[in-house]
Amino acid sequence: MPRRSAEPLLWLVFSVGGVVAAMLIPSLLFLFGVAFPLGWLSPPSHEHLLALLRHPLTRLVFFMLCTLSLFHAAHRFRYTLYDGLQIKHLNEMIFVLCYGGALAGSLWAAYLLLHAG
Amino acid sequence: MSERLAPTEYHPRWFRRRVSTYWWLERRSYLAFILRELSSVFVAWSVAYLLLLVRAVIQGHSRYDQFLAWSSRPFVLVINIVSLSFVALHAITWFNLAPQAMVIRVLGKRVPGPLIMASNYVAWAISSALVVWLVLRT
Repeated sequence: MPRRSAEPLLWLVFSVGGVVAAMLIPSLLFLFGVAFPLGWLSPPSHEHLLALLRHPLTRLVFFMLCTLSLFHAAHRFRYTLYDGLQIKHLNEMIFVLCYGGALAGSLWAAYLLLHAG
Repeated sequence: MSERLAPTEYHPRWFRRRVSTYWWLERRSYLAFILRELSSVFVAWSVAYLLLLVRAVIQGHSRYDQFLAWSSRPFVLVINIVSLSFVALHAITWFNLAPQAMVIRVLGKRVPGPLIMASNYVAWAISSALVVWLVLRT
């Protein structure tokens, strides 16, 4: 396993990200992914969402949600591949793809939220 | 066959029975485990979807309307309904395991497991209510 010393930190981020994802993603996905598209609730106005996104606290919480959830997912998916498919010989490539993807998503979130103002 | 049994970096000795690649289909509990672990894919999708929403909101009124139209397309809706069930599976299994993961002591006594689990669910209800209130208030 590459960079063995990083493992405790990755497990810590996995745990914190797991809590954040469990607390916030179901309600957000229910609203924007199911309830608004199906017309159960009427979607908020553009002005309201933009005002919400311009609040520094919203941006901070949303950035933490994205980053921590992505690294949580990357870590879990990496171990799912190890356990489920028994492809340990691809360890290094999987490591780079999982955390690289999470890093790319985090940078995208940072870029978007910095330009929200 | 003798080549397969040769020691490799990760398998110094082949003392163990070889496990099928499809071991997780053998038992219901194994399948539940792998479904729980696969929730990671849908957590990642949810974040990507929310980022697309944020991008559309930042890009302006018409882009936001386009996003709303796109989100009600059948294939997007199906992906999101499946994602929501996996994300809910993640949340429920996560909170149910919390007592095993968290050992909290108050005045030298260990806080009982059911109380830790219940407080997690209460926190989930409060944070969800807060999200809904923030998004829907006019």
